[in-house]
Amino acid sequence: MFCQECNERPATVHLTKIINGEKTILHLCDKCAQEKGEMFMMHPGAGFSINHLLAGLLNMEQGAFHSAQSSPFYQQTEPHCPHCSMTYSQFVKIGHFGCPNCYDAFREYLTPLLRRLHSGSLVHNGKIPRRMGGSIHIRKSIEELKQILQEAVAKEEFEKAAEIRDQIKYLESQLDSYFQGGGN
Amino acid sequence: MSIEKFLNQALSSWMSGDGPESDIVLSSRVRLARNLKNYRFPTAFSSEEAKEIIEKVYNSVKDKSFPGIGPLELLVIDDLQPLQKRVLVEKHLISPHLAENATHGAVLLSENEEISIMINEEDHVRIQCLYSGLQLFEALKMANAFDDVIEDYVDYAFDEKIGYLTSCPTNVGTGLRASVMMHLPGLVLTREMNNIIPAMNRLGLVVRGIYGEGSEALGNIFQVSNQITLGKSEEDIVDELQNVVKQLIAQERAARENLRKTSNIQLEDKVFRSYGILSNCRIIESKEAASCLSDVRLGIDMGYIKGISKNILNELMIVTQPGFLQQYAGGPLRPNERDVRRATLIRERLKMEN
Repeated sequence: MFCQECNERPATVHLTKIINGEKTILHLCDKCAQEKGEMFMMHPGAGFSINHLLAGLLNMEQGAFHSAQSSPFYQQTEPHCPHCSMTYSQFVKIGHFGCPNCYDAFREYLTPLLRRLHSGSLVHNGKIPRRMGGSIHIRKSIEELKQILQEAVAKEEFEKAAEIRDQIKYLESQLDSYFQGGGN
Repeated sequence: MSIEKFLNQALSSWMSGDGPESDIVLSSRVRLARNLKNYRFPTAFSSEEAKEIIEKVYNSVKDKSFPGIGPLELLVIDDLQPLQKRVLVEKHLISPHLAENATHGAVLLSENEEISIMINEEDHVRIQCLYSGLQLFEALKMANAFDDVIEDYVDYAFDEKIGYLTSCPTNVGTGLRASVMMHLPGLVLTREMNNIIPAMNRLGLVVRGIYGEGSEALGNIFQVSNQITLGKSEEDIVDELQNVVKQLIAQERAARENLRKTSNIQLEDKVFRSYGILSNCRIIESKEAASCLSDVRLGIDMGYIKGISKNILNELMIVTQPGFLQQYAGGPLRPNERDVRRATLIRERLKMEN
């Protein structure tokens, strides 16, 4: 048998790849195998990535979905995204969404997945876009202040609590004007 | 091409090896994944959408010069030669996926190559800042600044509850991946690495060899990065990673001291044998080169070898890869020709030191 790459030298290296259950076999000579090896070097983790693991996790979720389907009360068709028309089983297959709206379309199925991927966390706690985040910023600060307020009340620091209450009122009025004034 | 000229063109700022803790931490990287509202992700988008995305993102930085960085240059992946793409991958400026599989991919690069913004990779926008040594917070600050510049012009896909929406749910939330490339020969020689990797996984961090497959780490170079992107703030994610990296640095230093005490002459022998190979070889494979380079770098750090600059490992690990070797040769090379060229390049680089 000759090497599949160069068709010059006899094949001495037989490479079997199984990716997502699909098996491919490569027959290569020493030189070409070495070259391939160097290519692998350049692609860290090219063969097996987090996405493949993810597809595995999702298949488990899919199981739950199918058992719901077999229930006598099941009437819905398979969930799909109205914006890019990706179905949930397509997502499960490739591990990637079609568009940002998919998150809304599949929200109820995503909770267990996100919980598993991110060690239980389900709520974003980081950066908020500066320009489009307008009202979100205010609401986040209100939430934070409400927490501080509760702590202050618990510690019977009533003067401090009153101050915080004023701050919350101010922010809430800002939030109102934000919606009435159509932004900023 | 002369070796001086070649290296001048080849080296990025992050390879300079002058950042903090750079005896152990080779580089720090922060990547932010972002997507534009109302456009399908690259897995599903049309050519028209792809082109509009490139244009929108490019317009946000076009004709601007950033303090200390200068302007960003747009490279369209389809316009590049295969060898040029490969060199960008070897320098870690673009991902293999963008080079090989992405349709309508592009990258915005700063001249010092610290900033690269990939367009239409797995996500519409991936902002990457790559710094020498341990500078995670600096990299985060810079990535955030470019994020704000782009957000001034485009509407990001953002959900109040789950944050920045990404093509893959493993990145949702902050879209932040922070990673550090570390040279850990002491922990490998003392076999402590085998215990460290599972412990790191339990902390929500991933450790892998950056060159080589699976658990094998060519040149004893490991990449440590965060896995979780949702539920924590960017600062907390980076802070947690930084704390673990600092512990790893301390353990690596302790392992090296331990080796000096218990097997000084054996270690010195290993270092100088590798130095001998690198300065005299006529043919060398990438694996052997990586392992010898790691030994020599350890020898420099521990004071066995004097008069050779430290960044030799960072530099030669990159420029002895196939793409760079072919660029240095000025044309395509067969694998066995590469091994010869690699040996020549390493010998010439070592001669520059004396």
